[in-house]
Amino acid sequence: MDKYNLYEKIILYLGILVFMTFILLPFVEMFYASLRPLDHLFRSPYQFYSDDLSFWAYREMWKTVPMLPRYIFNSFFLASVTSLITLLFVIPAAYSYARFKFPFKNSSLYILLAINMFSGAVLLIPLYKVLRTFGLLNTYQAMIVPGVAFLIPTAIWLLKSYFEKIPIDLEEAAFVDGASRVQILRHIIAPLSTPGLVVVGIYAFIGSYAQQFLFAITFNQKKEYMPIPSGLYEFIGYTTVKWNEMMAASLVGIAPVLIIFLFLQKYIVAGLTSGAVKN
Amino acid sequence: MKQKLKSYNSQTYLAYALIAPAALYIVLIVAWPLLETIRLSFTNSSLAGEDYVGFENYQKMLSSKKFNGIVTRTFVWMFFSVSLKLIIGLIGAVLLNANLKGRSIFRVLVMPPWVVPIAIGMLGWLWLYNGYFGIIAGVGMRTGILDGPFGFLAYKQSAFISTIIADVWVGTPMVTVFFLAAMQGVPRDLYEAAYCDGASRWDRFFKITLPQITPVIITMSLLSAIWTFNSFEIIWILTEGGPRGATTTLIIDTYKQALGNYKFGRGAARAVVVMILLTLFAGFYLALLARINKKISHE
Repeated sequence: MDKYNLYEKIILYLGILVFMTFILLPFVEMFYASLRPLDHLFRSPYQFYSDDLSFWAYREMWKTVPMLPRYIFNSFFLASVTSLITLLFVIPAAYSYARFKFPFKNSSLYILLAINMFSGAVLLIPLYKVLRTFGLLNTYQAMIVPGVAFLIPTAIWLLKSYFEKIPIDLEEAAFVDGASRVQILRHIIAPLSTPGLVVVGIYAFIGSYAQQFLFAITFNQKKEYMPIPSGLYEFIGYTTVKWNEMMAASLVGIAPVLIIFLFLQKYIVAGLTSGAVKN
Repeated sequence: MKQKLKSYNSQTYLAYALIAPAALYIVLIVAWPLLETIRLSFTNSSLAGEDYVGFENYQKMLSSKKFNGIVTRTFVWMFFSVSLKLIIGLIGAVLLNANLKGRSIFRVLVMPPWVVPIAIGMLGWLWLYNGYFGIIAGVGMRTGILDGPFGFLAYKQSAFISTIIADVWVGTPMVTVFFLAAMQGVPRDLYEAAYCDGASRWDRFFKITLPQITPVIITMSLLSAIWTFNSFEIIWILTEGGPRGATTTLIIDTYKQALGNYKFGRGAARAVVVMILLTLFAGFYLALLARINKKISHE
C-alpha cells in the first residue's frame, strides 16, 4: 500500500524539490551571497557562478559594524531573560490549570488563546505611553516587559499538557504519606517535568528571539540595547549596501536559534501540534 | 484518607493564587492597554498632550477614501496569502507524509522560515527581490521574460504580490507541520480497509485523509487568517507600506499613524477597528473550537 512505482516516485521527489526550493531558496541565496565578493554581487544580470568564494565577509563584518558582538549579546540576553521570566509566571499557572478544578477554568483558558491573537502591533500605542511614563523607553526592559506578556498564553497551554502527563497518583500517595505541597513540588513534580520545562523554555527563547524586532524598533533607539535583527540594518545606509557582510551577519545571528531548534525540534513540534490536532 | 485527598485536589483558593501572577501580568500589559486604546481613540493624543474630541477620529477615518481602500486591500492581501498558505501547506504535508527516503530530513528542513526571526528572513527576500542583482530578476532577464532590471518592490502591483509571497513563505511551514501531524494521526486501519476494497490512492486521499483532517484545516485557516491579518514586520521591512501605499494594510496604517507621526489618537482609532475585526475572528475561532471539542467528546 505504501509502495510507489518509479513514475510516482519521480513525481513526488519533483514536488518535494519545488517545495523545498521555495522554502530554502532565501537561506541558500543568503549563504551564497555571504561567500561572494561584493563586486561579483553587483553584476547585472545575476551571475550564477563565482570562482572567488571565501569567508572573507565573515571577518570583515565585525569591522563594518563594530557593535555587532554587542547586538548578538543583546539578542541572547533579551531572549534569555524574557524566557526565564516567562517560565516564572507560567509554571505555577500551568500547574494550577493541570491539577485543579475551579470556576472559570475553561473560559479563562480560552481567553488566553484569544489574547494570542492580539499581536503587539495593536497594543503598541498604549504600551509606548506606559513605557514612556515609567521612563522605560530605550532600556532592556522596554523589550522584555511586552515580550513576556505575549509568550505567557501559549507557554501556559504547552506546559499544562506536560503537567497533565504526570500521574496524579504519585502526588496523592506522597500527600497521604504526609509530604507537604512544597516537598511534592520539589521531589516529584520538578524532576518529572524537567523535559517539559526545557521545551517550553526553548519555545519562549525562540519566540522572544523572533519578536524582538517590533519592540526594538518601536521602544528602543539606543544602539547599546539593540538586538541583532535591528542591528543588521546598519549594513544598509552606507553608500552601498554591503550585502555579503549583511548576509554573513544574518546567518551568524540565526545560527544559535537554528542549532537549538534542530536538536529539540521533535519535542517542540509534538508539543505545539498536540493541542490543535487532538482538537 | 478520601477526605484528605479531596482537600488535595479541590483547593480553589490555591488554584487562583497560582494563576494570579500570570493573570495580573496579562491584565497589566495586554488587557489594560486594550482599554486604554479605546479611550485614546476618542482623544487627539500626541506627544504634546491630549484632549477629548469625541468621535472626530472615527468620522475622519471612516469618511476618508484612503481608509476604505486600506480595509479592502487588507482583506484582498489576506485572502490570497491565507489561501496560498493552505494550498501549499496541504501539498507540502502530502509530500512529506509520503513514504519516501529522506522524508525525516525534509520534515526538519521545512521549518527554518518559521523559526528564524522574520526580520532576518526578510533580509534574504530583499536580496532575492533586488531588481538589478537579485536572482529572480536575473533568471527573468536571462530567460527573456524581463527585458531589463526590474525592482519587484518598486511597482504597486508587483510589490503587492511580492509581499504576499514573502508572507506565504513565513506562514507555510507551520501550516505544513500541523497538517502533517494531523495526517499522521489518521488511523491506519482506515487506509488498510480502503486499500483492500480497491480504493485508489486518489480516492483514499479525498475520502479518508481530507475528511479526517478537516477540523485541523478549519482551525489552521482561522489561525492563519488571524496571523496574516496581524502581519506587520514582513511588509514593514520589504516596503514600509509603499510604493505609494500599495502594500499599506490596516496594521501598517495603524503603526504609521501612531508611531510614525506620533498621532496616538488617530492611530488608536485604527487600532480599535483592528481590535473589533480580531475579536470577530477570535470569536469564530473559539466557537468553532468549542463545537469541534463537543463533537469529539460525543463520539
